[in-house]
Amino acid sequence: MTLPPVAWHAIEAFVVLNALLILVAYVTLLERKFAARMQSRIGPYYVGRPHGWLQPIADALKLMLKEDIVPTASDRWVYNLAPIVFLVPCLLIFATIPFAPELGVADLNIGVLFFLAVSSLEIVGLFMGGWGSNNKYALLSAMRAVNQIISYDLPFVFVALVPVLLAGSLQMSAIVAAQQGLWFVAYPVLGQLAFVLFLVATLAAENRVPFDILEAESELVAGFRVEYSGMKFALIQLGEYAHMLGTSFLGALLFLGGWSGPWPAWFGPIAFLLKAVGIFLLVTWVRWSFVRIRVDQILAISWKLLLPASIVLLLATGFVVALRGAGGA
Amino acid sequence: MPDTQVVELGYGGNERLMMNMGPQHPSSHGVFRMILTLEGETVVAVDAVIGYLHRCHEKLGETLTYVQYPSIASKTDYVAAMTSELAYVSAVEKVAKLEVPKRAQYLRVIAAELQRIASHCLWLGTWCLDMGGALGGGATVFLYCIREREMILDLFEELTGARLLYGFHQIGGTRYDAPAGWDTKVRATMDFMAKRIDEYEAMLDRNAFFLVRTQGVGVISGELAQAVGVSGPLIRGSGVKYDVRRAEPYSSYQDFDFVVPVETAGDCYARYLVRMVEFRESIRIVRQALDGLPEGPISSRPGVKSVGQVRVPKGEGYARVEGARGEVGCYIVSDGGPKPYRMKWRGASFSNLAVLPHIVPGHKVADVVAIMGSVDPVFGEVDR
Repeated sequence: MTLPPVAWHAIEAFVVLNALLILVAYVTLLERKFAARMQSRIGPYYVGRPHGWLQPIADALKLMLKEDIVPTASDRWVYNLAPIVFLVPCLLIFATIPFAPELGVADLNIGVLFFLAVSSLEIVGLFMGGWGSNNKYALLSAMRAVNQIISYDLPFVFVALVPVLLAGSLQMSAIVAAQQGLWFVAYPVLGQLAFVLFLVATLAAENRVPFDILEAESELVAGFRVEYSGMKFALIQLGEYAHMLGTSFLGALLFLGGWSGPWPAWFGPIAFLLKAVGIFLLVTWVRWSFVRIRVDQILAISWKLLLPASIVLLLATGFVVALRGAGGA
Repeated sequence: MPDTQVVELGYGGNERLMMNMGPQHPSSHGVFRMILTLEGETVVAVDAVIGYLHRCHEKLGETLTYVQYPSIASKTDYVAAMTSELAYVSAVEKVAKLEVPKRAQYLRVIAAELQRIASHCLWLGTWCLDMGGALGGGATVFLYCIREREMILDLFEELTGARLLYGFHQIGGTRYDAPAGWDTKVRATMDFMAKRIDEYEAMLDRNAFFLVRTQGVGVISGELAQAVGVSGPLIRGSGVKYDVRRAEPYSSYQDFDFVVPVETAGDCYARYLVRMVEFRESIRIVRQALDGLPEGPISSRPGVKSVGQVRVPKGEGYARVEGARGEVGCYIVSDGGPKPYRMKWRGASFSNLAVLPHIVPGHKVADVVAIMGSVDPVFGEVDR
């Protein structure tokens, strides 16, 4: 190959980004279909018969054609920048996710750390949107966002560190390699507890019902994005789903063994995708089953239950790892 | 008045945030404006503004004849139209001292109880929608409830030809008799409904998220409930056993065996429990009424030939019925002509809504919508 490595990475990033955007669009369709089945409806049907296959594209086109409204009283710079600041970290988290051995944009040796650090950056865009809109609903929502995301990032990080400890590496591919024999979700006691805590923290980090107090459409109308329209709204929506999908991939990678499993190597990436979609559907199932809880209750769950539990779990994992001799599985 | 928290407006200081909820707001159940004063997330004061849906309904009632108005009466509480109609015709019958045939009374009971089920379905759905969001579990409950409400509306369509505003009642009886085969359909629907209500309860009763959102939220003490004058599920959820169907039986309610549910907690969850029992009791009453439905005429008056045909002697009267939201009353003054000289509605939602400023302060913003949903107001009835 004559291309320099940088160019390769650029091409890979381009392909991953575009594949990702298409995937995100179709994940929304999947969620709508799934929710529709839960509610004994049909869901999107007419655009792209027979099952609404063109619905995501139609939605995107519609949003592109919408008028872009900027409230006169808004802080224009902050308001206009917010969707981009929100979207970039949500897409950036995919940079470190390998989809198969040697297939990924950058398999950093601190992959998990990078993922966690970047994914919590979305709060900046979120708060900018809430603040810049100069709207009371948006402001309240931004306040809630800061509360919630800071509270839930801690248990999220601690729980994500459990597989890291078990594998003895922060590198994503090494974590998968450590799960060749046994997926970490099957690791006695620790694995299951960590997975459940991870799912709960995921729900909160993704702002899904029952933790969707940022959107809270029956209280705060649409929360921080109440003033956004057209493409800016689409960017925020895209960012949310990308973040959700990214977290699902992380969950599949940390707990469900990524591409590893009893199948030929070519099926690995597909299996990985299916696992991630499985986690996504699990979260969606919860979303469409429960009512939202209140902000004080959400914080109480995090600080009084989730955080202590995750710290204890992390300590226990450290203990187990130390007992069996540090390092490999 | 007990537990009164005075609403002050015009705050100084910059720690407080005034926020409008409504008149156009996803949780306002119509057009209702709450001016909330917030300290962080906590509501310190609420000012409720009504009147966005005022359409001079009482004046309209004075310009329409006794024959015309029953089908307009349904437009006060359009979610439980049957009971509004019933209140009006009962008031007129009281003034005119008209007898209503037994069959018509039973048909009225069936209609009223079916209406209560349909209305409670909408309440449960929209309440969960308020708490769970249009993009969450609330929407799931909402769609289930709406699906069952449709079945009752189908029954009404067969009975009256209309699905929302019926014009079923007329002075002296009912306008329509039950069509052939209707009672078997009603029975089948009731059996089906009973199963569905089990499903709702399975979905919500022990649902931890639902419990933390409803238990201890929006507590109305029995004293406060009586002082403000709330009625219906609200007062029964606060430990006061008051139901017009029992306190002052109308339309043969004394013939039926049913339980008036009472809960003492006074919170949103107590109101939920009361309404869930009412679902089942309404089903029981409908079954009993179908079993005992007597033969005979459906009206003590001949068919209507002209709009001015019914004349009511001079006098005045007040009739009240137990609507889905509480006591629906209608007061009529007659001067002997074909139209009432004066009429006045007592809307259950209007009185129930008056409790909001007493119970909302001190709660979080999220609780405001939960409380609103548990009060279950219909703004056609509040503003009239």
